[in-house]
Amino acid sequence: MSWFKRTKKSVKAAEKKTLPDGLWQKCDFCNEILFAKELEKQLWVCSKCGYHFMIDTDKYIDILCDPGSFEETHRGIHPMDPLQFKDLKKYEQRIKESVKKTGREEAVVTGFARIQGRDVVLSIMDFGFMGGSMGSVVGEKVARAIGDATDHRRPLIILSRSGGARMQESILSLMQMAKTCAALSRMSEARIPYISILTNPTTGGVTASFASLGDVVIAEPRALVGFAGPRVIQQTIRQELPEGFQRSEFLLEHGMVDMICPRGKLRQTLEGLLSFLCVQIAETTQEAEKDEEDSSAVS
Amino acid sequence: MTTDNKDRPGAAASPFLDFEKPIVELERKIAELEQLASVQKISVDEEVKKLSEKADKLRKDIYSKLTAWQHVQLARHPLRPYTTDYIGEMSDDFMELHGDRAFADDPSIVGGLMSLDDKRIVIIGHQKGRNTKENLLRNFGMPHPEGYRKARRLMKLAEKFDLPIVTMIDTPGAYPGIGAEERGQAEAIARNLREMSGLTVPILSVVIGEGGSGGALALGVGDRILMLEYAIYAVISPEGCAAILWKNQEKNKDAAEALKLTSRNLLELGVIDRVIDEPVGGAHRDPKTMAAELKRVIYEELDYLQHFEPAKLVEKRRAKYMNMGFFAEDSA
Repeated sequence: MSWFKRTKKSVKAAEKKTLPDGLWQKCDFCNEILFAKELEKQLWVCSKCGYHFMIDTDKYIDILCDPGSFEETHRGIHPMDPLQFKDLKKYEQRIKESVKKTGREEAVVTGFARIQGRDVVLSIMDFGFMGGSMGSVVGEKVARAIGDATDHRRPLIILSRSGGARMQESILSLMQMAKTCAALSRMSEARIPYISILTNPTTGGVTASFASLGDVVIAEPRALVGFAGPRVIQQTIRQELPEGFQRSEFLLEHGMVDMICPRGKLRQTLEGLLSFLCVQIAETTQEAEKDEEDSSAVS
Repeated sequence: MTTDNKDRPGAAASPFLDFEKPIVELERKIAELEQLASVQKISVDEEVKKLSEKADKLRKDIYSKLTAWQHVQLARHPLRPYTTDYIGEMSDDFMELHGDRAFADDPSIVGGLMSLDDKRIVIIGHQKGRNTKENLLRNFGMPHPEGYRKARRLMKLAEKFDLPIVTMIDTPGAYPGIGAEERGQAEAIARNLREMSGLTVPILSVVIGEGGSGGALALGVGDRILMLEYAIYAVISPEGCAAILWKNQEKNKDAAEALKLTSRNLLELGVIDRVIDEPVGGAHRDPKTMAAELKRVIYEELDYLQHFEPAKLVEKRRAKYMNMGFFAEDSA
């Protein structure tokens, strides 16, 4: 079985892409040299080619939410190592290194926030933390965020970027796919809107679970989104992959996403969608409150 | 066939694994002896008894200390019974239903209606091929999105007509190809996971061979998850895991060990509910006995699940998956 050879490069290449500090930045895509201050103003989108740099979770919070409105929830949930997993390194060691590198507890942050004055539940994944992989903690936090949205009747927004399920938790990681989808099944019945934002890159078990199940699915331009990674596919079929394969534009063409939305327009797009979809929430919430009043009046 | 056999001249012709061979050879000797005896009308009882005892001891020795990698080899054994083999043994009225009503029929997943004694069920399972020709048709048991969509269609049909669902899991994984991506492999799997979480009929999932990641789970969100003794279930193949984490495909044995993919491992982790014992040597050494036992267990499990009201069933199923995972939480 030689399908899986040459994976060495991919792991390293993925790590290089976080933003280094400095006055000037080179675009990863078109190699244009960009002035860092200007790049920041453009929300880390290359002014020449439109390439969306990978950015930190805090930056997304600033871009999407009303200033100061984000309140983090479900802090203090930490990964364990139930399988005592050790490859070239111990899983414990990898977690420690990721915590140190990212300053985060795990590969996802969840919270309550407001977007243009509207209350939402927001969850943002962090690719810097073990490739944004989903183990028990990510599954639990995403499931709890879905539960918050359901119980508080607030729309849910999940911004994904992930290499997929976390191998070091093997079957337990796989079960997080079922867990998050079970939570979404309950939420869907409660008719709470869920908007999924796919950013570069989103693959594997995250795409094959909650990330694909938004009532509306939005992708950032040119994001790599798919089930299997391009290298695995190439090694399986032994052919060159077509230009633009598994990029957002390809997904739009094949009917897998509702729209492609550049970073700078995400917030207004979200508000636009929610203003339509949340009418239902407002009505049912009012009805529920009215029912409650009625029943309390009787008793 | 297996990496162990590959380099030995002549070995590739035998379907048996290296660690099975001493047993198979002994068994062959016993059979030869018995045949000789019947032809020449001489008694070899003493000799046969001795050899049989030796074979029993050898079997117990070998199968009591199988490595994780040997489990992988057994789960992928070329003679191992597949979904349609079990269907054929368990029922004589199976009616296969085809197609996803959108794109195609995917032969790497089979599904349809069948009776299990006095119960009527919808059965859905991955299907591998027994030879090259069959494997081309079945795509080595690796489904495309249309396979998962067919499965979902049949599950919805089961719900509509109040029939319990039994799924059999046996796949290296969902197929990684261009067409699969174009037609939304990820979405097809994801939707099955969500829909299965809300179905109002009992779902019983049995891993009968290879439980390969999301491609397996897409048929596996059951009220009860069972595994045959030598089946495996993991988030990635040992080869894939070795290539990525060890950066060396040859470390597949280490990866198999680390992934904790055997039925006993998974029972200990609380992920599966029950292990179904296989005949000594594995299901392929006695498929009829295996099928009878599997049928008995499925019947028993369905009896149990059919006690629950639909709403209770859904609530319990969701709670089951909501509880999966290990993490540490700071006390507030």
